[in-house]
Amino acid sequence: MTALALAIGAVLAVACVVFVALPFLREPDPVEDRLDEPGALERRALELAEERDRALAALKELEFDHRTGKISDEDYRELVGPLRARVAEALRALEPHAESTEERVHAAG
Amino acid sequence: MPELGRAALALSLGLALYALVAGAYAAATRRRRLARSAQNALLAAFGSTGVASIVLLGALLRNDFSFTYVAEHTSRELPTPYTISAFWGGQEGSLLLWLLILTGFSAAAVVLSRRSAPDLLPWVVPILGLVATFFAFMLVAVSSPFQTQLAPADGAGLNPSLQNPYMMIHPPCLYLGYVGLTIPFAFAMGALLSRRTDELWIVATRRWTLFAWTALGIGQLLGSHWAYVEVGWGGYYAWDPVENAALMPWLASTAFLHSVMIQEKRGMLKVWNVLLVILAFCLALFGTFLTRSGVISSIHSFTQSPLGGWFLGFICLITLGSVALVISRLPILRSKTRMESLVSREATFLYNNLLLVALCLTILWGVVFPLVSEAVHGEQITVSSPYYNFFLRIFGLPLLLLMAIGPLVAWRRASLRSLGRSFAWPAGIALAVGVVLLILGAGSSWIGLLAYTFSAFVLGSIGYEFVRGTRARRALTGGTWAAAFVELVGRNRRRYGGYIVHAAIVLLAIGIVGSSAYDTVRERTLAPGQTMAVSHYDVKYDQLVRRNGANATEFRAILDVKKNGRSVGTLESGKNSYRAEQQTSNEVGIRSDPLTGEDLYVITDQINQNGTIAFKVLVKPLVNLIWISGFVFLIGSLVALWPSAAEQRRLALRYRELRALARA
Repeated sequence: MTALALAIGAVLAVACVVFVALPFLREPDPVEDRLDEPGALERRALELAEERDRALAALKELEFDHRTGKISDEDYRELVGPLRARVAEALRALEPHAESTEERVHAAG
Repeated sequence: MPELGRAALALSLGLALYALVAGAYAAATRRRRLARSAQNALLAAFGSTGVASIVLLGALLRNDFSFTYVAEHTSRELPTPYTISAFWGGQEGSLLLWLLILTGFSAAAVVLSRRSAPDLLPWVVPILGLVATFFAFMLVAVSSPFQTQLAPADGAGLNPSLQNPYMMIHPPCLYLGYVGLTIPFAFAMGALLSRRTDELWIVATRRWTLFAWTALGIGQLLGSHWAYVEVGWGGYYAWDPVENAALMPWLASTAFLHSVMIQEKRGMLKVWNVLLVILAFCLALFGTFLTRSGVISSIHSFTQSPLGGWFLGFICLITLGSVALVISRLPILRSKTRMESLVSREATFLYNNLLLVALCLTILWGVVFPLVSEAVHGEQITVSSPYYNFFLRIFGLPLLLLMAIGPLVAWRRASLRSLGRSFAWPAGIALAVGVVLLILGAGSSWIGLLAYTFSAFVLGSIGYEFVRGTRARRALTGGTWAAAFVELVGRNRRRYGGYIVHAAIVLLAIGIVGSSAYDTVRERTLAPGQTMAVSHYDVKYDQLVRRNGANATEFRAILDVKKNGRSVGTLESGKNSYRAEQQTSNEVGIRSDPLTGEDLYVITDQINQNGTIAFKVLVKPLVNLIWISGFVFLIGSLVALWPSAAEQRRLALRYRELRALARA
């Protein structure tokens, strides 16, 4: 029983080592071995995209709350203007990045 | 095969340590293949821990008493289901279950996040590796389930109170919850380490948190029902430290599930959310420490326990390390938006968070105070139910009220005129219910009356939300009411799943209040043929019978029961005398009324030599709503857990845009 247990244990250990080493066995000499990392531009774009999605979701929620009667017409009129402005601002803020992306594409090309 | 078990656990330790060290090095130096290799190590650790678990399970099923663990927790007479449950019936086995679930969840998180959160994963892996290393080390070096001995003829058996079908599911369910909280913790730390404080870690872990929270909730309810039917003291929750150990992380994660919505909707409370995740995970570790270190019985037994010091050191390391990390990342965690009004949905969530955390910390103080008093004064001062019940009322009633108010209040700010319109119906229903209950005599407990009135308010506001939402959806899309309802829930599963969970909490509150504030208790010693009256029941002790069960001798008092003067059948209540374990257990008799949710609960306190029996009989109104609330809770959680295609499309689009930006 002990010999069998040790044999199974050895097979298990070898299998685990091979599995752990697999990324190196598959790519012994890779062209690129660096993890992708978002740059400053991407991080800023991500923030803006989150802000845009958040503003759009808030506007959608406000519309629905108004329809259900949770928000009165007067409150709706007070709240919808600033929210729409925020959505527009968030969309505008993303535009320069699109432009800079285009610029980068042209520069690279 | 104990050698194979030991080898597999040693392998798990090596793999977890590799995931920690190689993973951290790969994340810090941005090495892709090494990071992938560390991920594979976590996957492999699940495999090797699985092998160790199979070895222990095999030994249990074979009654291989050469395994010390098997001999200490099973016997030849023990029925097979309880032999399986002995896996987690003892310290070493339950630690192995912890590691098995942890490595399983880690492997699943790695596989699922390779596509959805590749930026976070390199830092998540070493955190998961750190936790797995600790538990694997405990199993290898401190508390191994694979210690061997000269096999005795029979084992010591399993504690009789653990010989209950609930023990098959209650501990694994709680462990799924405890261990599940590791994943949001690892992702939160991964986000801080990689300086990614955007929504990604929340999106990646939302379902993990919900799953862990659901498992903890269901696990606690199962444990309560087990205590109710098996322990036989007449209640379902005794504010025992072990029970509190599961309640505290559940409360912290409940707070997190609410406050995280403020971060998603308004970009606020980033620091608070990370702190709540840390608190929930540390409390999950603390719960395991409480149950496994022996610290509950005495602070001195903690110092003698092999586990206590290690656990305490690890909890300190995790707490200090994670708080230091949060402090170091404060500049990038600051929110750019402010709360616009103290009367808004986000404000009600914030109040709810403060109450939940206050309740959690109050319970924590109640748990640690006896230990502190013993350490300082040398005398253990017990904190008992009145302390906890007092704070449950102080924080629980406002929480119930907030559950009613929250759904009726709009995000950002709400004016008085909007609130007036939203509150009219639900508040009217609540007041009407309160008045009717007062007329019916519920005023004998003001706390109970208040809790029921607030409960009606919550149910009224939830019902009103569903009605208004369905009406608005139908006005938009046309079609039937049913179709509009399904679409309403389908478009915002988290919100409406959350409302269903709130309804479950209300049922729970009604059940707890009914069975504790309006119950009846009578104690009497009866000779055969004698009757005792309890509330609207007459309980007649007919005879005592003795029979042989699978592994115990069963003594049962046969009782004739009348309700309001009409016979409703017989009930059995008694004791079991376990042969191998040489212990006795109470086997209570329970008669449930499915229409009223009421229980007649009979405890056989003492069987006397002269044939008389000391009975304790309880009538517990509405107690069955507690168990029904578990099903409603599960339905609500499943609705909230179900993936939303619209949200996935939105996130996929966002990250596609960013990938396009990166490629450019």
